[in-house]
Amino acid sequence: MVDLAAHAPDVRQEYMALTRRRRMYSGILLVIFVLLMVASFDLAESRNAGGFWAGIRSVFDFPASVLSEFWSKIDEFPGNIVRFLPSLAETLNIAAASTILGACIAVVLALLSTRGLARWPRLIPVFRRTMDILRAVPEIAVALVLIFVLGGGPVPAMIAIALHTAGALGKLFSEVAENADLKPVEGLASVGAGWIKRMYLGVIPQVAPNFLSYAMLRFEINIRASAILGFVGAGGIGYDLRNTMTFGRGMFDQAAAIFLLLFATIVAVDQISSYFRNRLSATQR
Amino acid sequence: MTDLALGDRKRHQEAERLFARKRLLSVGLPAVAAIYLVYVFFAFDVPGLVERARLDNAQILVADSYSHKTHVTLDTRSGEVEVAIEGEIKGLYPEHLVPDWINQPAEGEARVDLGSGQFAEIRDGAVWLHLSDGKVIEARPTSKGVESILPEGLDVPVNVSNTRLTVTLEDARLTVTRTRIEVLRYFFGWEMFWFDLQSAYAGRSATELAALAFGSERVDPERHNIFGMLRDFWNNRVWRHGDVAWALVETVIMAFIGTFGAAIIALPLGFLAARNFAPSLLARFGLRRVFDFLRGVDGLIWTIVLSRAFGPGPMTGSLAILLTECGTFGKIFSEALENTDNRQIEGVRATGANAVQRYRFGVIPQVMPVLLSQVLYYFESNTRSATIIGAIVGGGIGLFLTQAIITQKDWEQVAYYIVLIIIMVMVMDSLSGWLRTRLIKGRPVK
Repeated sequence: MVDLAAHAPDVRQEYMALTRRRRMYSGILLVIFVLLMVASFDLAESRNAGGFWAGIRSVFDFPASVLSEFWSKIDEFPGNIVRFLPSLAETLNIAAASTILGACIAVVLALLSTRGLARWPRLIPVFRRTMDILRAVPEIAVALVLIFVLGGGPVPAMIAIALHTAGALGKLFSEVAENADLKPVEGLASVGAGWIKRMYLGVIPQVAPNFLSYAMLRFEINIRASAILGFVGAGGIGYDLRNTMTFGRGMFDQAAAIFLLLFATIVAVDQISSYFRNRLSATQR
Repeated sequence: MTDLALGDRKRHQEAERLFARKRLLSVGLPAVAAIYLVYVFFAFDVPGLVERARLDNAQILVADSYSHKTHVTLDTRSGEVEVAIEGEIKGLYPEHLVPDWINQPAEGEARVDLGSGQFAEIRDGAVWLHLSDGKVIEARPTSKGVESILPEGLDVPVNVSNTRLTVTLEDARLTVTRTRIEVLRYFFGWEMFWFDLQSAYAGRSATELAALAFGSERVDPERHNIFGMLRDFWNNRVWRHGDVAWALVETVIMAFIGTFGAAIIALPLGFLAARNFAPSLLARFGLRRVFDFLRGVDGLIWTIVLSRAFGPGPMTGSLAILLTECGTFGKIFSEALENTDNRQIEGVRATGANAVQRYRFGVIPQVMPVLLSQVLYYFESNTRSATIIGAIVGGGIGLFLTQAIITQKDWEQVAYYIVLIIIMVMVMDSLSGWLRTRLIKGRPVK
């Protein structure tokens, strides 16, 4: 008791010193962050063609001109929507096919690089690095290089997005698989099942709901990616968008129709996938 | 007893139904996916694509990405022989640097050694290609076309027409057209990567350069050799290391401003949109729709709309990322705030704290780790997006990459940029991971 009371001022002082030190560190971090932010803003401003303050005033000019043209040709709107449905379907197909392909590759890569499940435990770092590289390569580079070899069309974009998906999903899948229960795997091993059977019957049923929900999330991201790749020349609705934009003059009504289609699609897919993901996580509990 | 048995049977039936459903799903889902892939296979016309694929393009691409060629060209009109890397003006060899496998005995003459006993002789406006088996191909450009004398039984690929002759050897090629004779030879590696040919340090070996770097003799009397080398490397006109470094910085800056700017804006908005902090239901509902709109419109559309107002450059890219991420962060932040523990806030309130203090000491410490780790995660992923957005708005490394690809011949530079991008993304990945564990010590990262 006496000891405690005697130590109390020390403890108090130490606590205050600790707090002060923590505050100082946070303060320094904050100052560095603000400086970095200001410097970056300055640099970006100086290397941009138009300035920020000039641009912010005219930021609504373009949407306004698109809208006014859209209003003046409102009667053509349903026709425009129908006209661009095929390219929207192509964009969605690119996204869906690349998600499925990428997820298949990702499952294999993830299982091969998960401790406790890997077929060749020594090669785990190799597969992990492979996934890192697949994730790091920008889709646009793969797509443009493949366009040079394969010619234009949806396939280069599909391959590019599938490769990226394999890397991104592989990492997430491997984190899920790490938490899988190993007992079924051991049981299967004890009755002489090979690696593929152990994985297919022992691991996949445990992790499938999680894998599925990650894959759906990825599908949303891939729709955006395939629209962007279309914009740089890989077909689909992105390509139409660029055409209606660059030819300018009188095609903004079509651009507006594409904007709306893309927006509606992304929101719809977002809602549908979040509904299914909720159901998946509900069945798991 | 009967009740129990009845209950058992009911449970049994339920279990059977569950099994049946699971079995159906586990077979059905993969089957649907497989059928869909078959449909896509034909919808995308993959069989036709295989026929149309340009495998020769693929070969050029692969060969170019790790090797370079040196062209020896005779222009028949000027009668001059030029030696240039990749046949570009920027790669033109000055007289004293011409490699020793090319002999230029007189004006308009050259003897080019092509390895393994093969060589080409350019003389009197014609070319003699001596093959390793002793056979000689002769070709002479005339005003009407190309006259060529081909020996019998050649075992090298020769492509000959009235106006063009192409002989492809293992690491070399001879092309003769009406206006020029061109001999080119492939070498491994990226040429002029360190110094372009205008630099005083070009064409020297590593040991020579090291001796220069630490010796007292100055190549350029105005500055020390080390600075001279750095300057020439940085200003390399072929590889443009300085510009590329700036482009990388621009790309990272786009992600930085976009992500952290969005986080700063989204934090107060997140409070307004969270169920337990929202001042009114209307504000909450309205803000949620705004977030959905910002996210739903997608980075691509924001990029297009903003580049009309702000012009091309990194600022436009930053703002496009900022707008999209405002929506994402607003949603994530408000959800995190809804999951805060109210007891901590009440504890702070019990000490007589006002509203700002309650947020500062009751809420922020609870949510900060989760929010920061999310923001850092998005920072890393936005670095990658900034590459693509840069290609559209015309800023950063994405622009360099797409431009190099569009030329369809600078594949060695494409390879260089891709390697740099991979390194950049990996560095950002480990940096954000390191910061996350440092800043959020002891908290499980979601």
